[in-house]
Amino acid sequence: MQWETVIGLEVHLQLATRSKIFSGSPTTFGAEPNTQASAVDLAMPGMLPVLNAEAVRYAVMFGLGIGAEIGRRSVFDRKNYFYPDLPKGYQISQFEAPIVGRGSFEIQLEDGSTRSIGITRAHLEEDAGKSLHEDFHGQTGIDLNRAGTPLLEIVSEPDLRSAAEAVAYLKALHSLVTYLGISDGNMAEGSMRCDINLSLRPAGSDTLGTRAEIKNVNSFRFVEKAIRHEIDRQADILEDGGQVVQETRLYDADLDETRSMRSKEVANDYRYFPEPDLLPVVIDEAFIEEIRAGLPELPVEKRHRFIAQYGLSAYDANVLADSRDLADYFEAVAAACGDAKIAANWVQVELLGQLNRSELALAECPVAATQLGGLIARILDDSISGKIAKQVFEAMWQGEGSADDIIAARGLRQVSDSGALESMVDQVIAASAAQVEQYLAADPDRRKKLVGFFVGQVMKLSKGQANPQMVNELLAKKLV
Amino acid sequence: MYDKTVAQLSAGLQAGQFSSVELTRSFLARIAALDGVYNSFISVAGEQALAAAAAADERIAAGTAGPLTGIPLAHKDIFCTDGLRTSCGSRMLDNFVPPYDATLISRFKRDGAVTLGKTNMDEFAMGSSNESSYYGAARNPWDTGAVPGGSSGGSAAAVAALLAPAATGTDTGGSIRQPAAFCGITGLKPTYGRVSRLGMVAFASSLDQAGPMAHTAEDCAWLLNSMAGHDPRDATSAPRAGEDYRAGLEDSLKGLRIGLPREYFGDGLDAATGACIQQALRELEALGATLVEVSLPHSHLTIPTYYVIAPAEASTNLSRYDGVRYGYRCDNPSDLLDLYTRTREEGFGEEVKRRILVGTYALSAGYYDAYYKKAQQIRRLIKQDFMDCFAQVDLLAGPTTPGPAFPLGAKTDDPVAMYLEDIYTLAVNLAGLPGMSVPAGMVEGKPVGMQLIGQHFGEARLLNVGHRFQQATDWHLRRPANLAVEVA
Repeated sequence: MQWETVIGLEVHLQLATRSKIFSGSPTTFGAEPNTQASAVDLAMPGMLPVLNAEAVRYAVMFGLGIGAEIGRRSVFDRKNYFYPDLPKGYQISQFEAPIVGRGSFEIQLEDGSTRSIGITRAHLEEDAGKSLHEDFHGQTGIDLNRAGTPLLEIVSEPDLRSAAEAVAYLKALHSLVTYLGISDGNMAEGSMRCDINLSLRPAGSDTLGTRAEIKNVNSFRFVEKAIRHEIDRQADILEDGGQVVQETRLYDADLDETRSMRSKEVANDYRYFPEPDLLPVVIDEAFIEEIRAGLPELPVEKRHRFIAQYGLSAYDANVLADSRDLADYFEAVAAACGDAKIAANWVQVELLGQLNRSELALAECPVAATQLGGLIARILDDSISGKIAKQVFEAMWQGEGSADDIIAARGLRQVSDSGALESMVDQVIAASAAQVEQYLAADPDRRKKLVGFFVGQVMKLSKGQANPQMVNELLAKKLV
Repeated sequence: MYDKTVAQLSAGLQAGQFSSVELTRSFLARIAALDGVYNSFISVAGEQALAAAAAADERIAAGTAGPLTGIPLAHKDIFCTDGLRTSCGSRMLDNFVPPYDATLISRFKRDGAVTLGKTNMDEFAMGSSNESSYYGAARNPWDTGAVPGGSSGGSAAAVAALLAPAATGTDTGGSIRQPAAFCGITGLKPTYGRVSRLGMVAFASSLDQAGPMAHTAEDCAWLLNSMAGHDPRDATSAPRAGEDYRAGLEDSLKGLRIGLPREYFGDGLDAATGACIQQALRELEALGATLVEVSLPHSHLTIPTYYVIAPAEASTNLSRYDGVRYGYRCDNPSDLLDLYTRTREEGFGEEVKRRILVGTYALSAGYYDAYYKKAQQIRRLIKQDFMDCFAQVDLLAGPTTPGPAFPLGAKTDDPVAMYLEDIYTLAVNLAGLPGMSVPAGMVEGKPVGMQLIGQHFGEARLLNVGHRFQQATDWHLRRPANLAVEVA
């Protein structure tokens, strides 16, 4: 049977506030265990939560970024369960009245097509601490540094149909939140953690099958692998006439498999109820408008503008608009050289290639956008050829200065002086009697191939600086 | 020296009649000599108190003292005190020494008051008799075979036994007013949000409120001046500055309209107690007030509503006592579940466990709408009843309790009978209003309290009425017969 995959994702996004959501402790990653946990984070007796206004601002920014309804009166609730890394015995979360309601945003697939993915809701909550099972000789250690870090849990509609779409969704989400500056989106450090809800149904059916939830998948690659694996697992069950059990599963990256964690039927009753230690969060129009006015251009808008304004392909626009830094860099290069298409090509091929090889982030790039723009300008005004430009770029990468400095210092300016070129062409023809004879005997098709030899010789003689178009014209004139 | 009001002691300190160290020593000596009978303190601060008293004397000498500088106070053992054990009346926190002060404590320290020690209380403030304390019940100084009331029974007993001139308590359903009534002292539960809850061990977050307990309404005003005010670290603290509650104490009661809720004078009220209250109301009338009968039609729903909301909140507030980070931990847990279950089984007493179970049940899937949500709806109706009354009258008056202090052990086997003790006080917490109990008569040699209920943030008016009443009566000056013991 043909099965259709139905996927909804829950993403836990750590917000990049400096302090925790309900205490003044810092949120820095990687500190010594329990050095960033205050009496509030440790749930000492009598301690009370106070809401961090910045976390509310970030959540509203996200809501506006996906065109969602902002909860004008959102309520915090207690989600009750016992676990050693949950100091209060409850997590402060939002249940019935989340801060961000229904919204949607556009994702772009590999083939350049786009889809709109629905967001059911997004709510604020606090992160738990971590249990450490190593180094404690059979006992468990608790690190509460992460306890109370603000999270925005973003719940999608079951609108995704494949692993590729899920990954595209996560990449678009990553791009959006880093544009907004509300999260560093660092999956390796757990800033973006993903739960996958997945079910299969017969193609063409519009009722949902029984889903399994795969918890805490923390890289784009693992999301893709976990989904592929889970699709196969469920399809095998269904093909054999079995039934998928509604349960929580864990993806094991080492074994590349998912396995059952616990069955939902015996799941916790979280006994949600409104958190009496916090007042409802009331958000007015003025607050929303102030935030809206301060929003940056978002990835989707930028992508559409790049296509319209610069005539870029959908693919190029998608790559360049992926991060705000890269988009800004590209636009600065385009402005400096005056040709956006060539700028787009150089940024994607040479610049990103070199960054990749050097394992550097754009922020660490040794070549400034204006420098790269200056280099492209020299190609455009025929001062250097594209080939020489790559040489100049290498030098620039090594810190040798502007394109003009390097061209001058290394004498790389393209020779377009017809007198000088003519004498070089003559010299080559005189030294290549056999090739000339061969050329003259050949038919026009073959001549096109043989002329390459002479061009190469002239380029060699000019140390690559001869204007190739002029050399071709001169040869055509002389080889008769 | 020990049978004086805070106002009188403050004047004596300022005039140099005695020092804070002398005053503090005298109370510490009384506690050492007499508290074996009353069991009103769980911890006595001793040296810390004398050091604070010495510092207060320096402030007095330097002329930088405030009204409370050098005044010894007893604090309910629910307020966290830096470096001083805070047990909350529970085995669970028997070994807990906080590294911080509750906001209320730091405010008293700022003003130079001295902490004598921490008073006995029902475990986690759950009780109306002090009998659920891990440290044994405090005794009523008027009759040591009777309960002092609860949960702030230790504070009430300590003040009544002249072991401290004044004390702090907390009131979730009557825990300041009921023991104040039983022990013949004055106790004020302020408006919800008036006094910071930070550092006060939580019982039911939406109901808990700290307040003063003293001999007189005037002393309560002095203490409340220190306690009240906005605390940015408590999100439910009212964003209002403090005020001088002493300013309006002498105001006339002429033209004051006092509502008498008919539901507070019905069948459940002991006849002799009711007669005391009627006599007290006639005093208020003589002072110029007009008495008006009013109704709180949802009164009969108060107890069930309270006993859903309070245990529900308590059941999750007490989840943090899990044996992981502080407090009691069972011996040799075999695994995580064993750690949790035995720590909580052994660390909590019966009443606390009963309320955790009730609250957990009320919040469970499938029961939430029928219990917790319904209770919140009724809570709004109860609050509306009060608002309707306040459209006609300035404040309400009635009995604090159905009768005087009952014998120890009389109600420990019948939780519902115990819960009925708070029938006149619970609704005030559900509505978030201020309420006060003032001594208003004696029945069988035991004190009776009159309850005054004010409008939101109407503490000054309550204190004014209490003070004028105390100028016209002497119930607050009565002392248990056997207390005039000079301690060497």
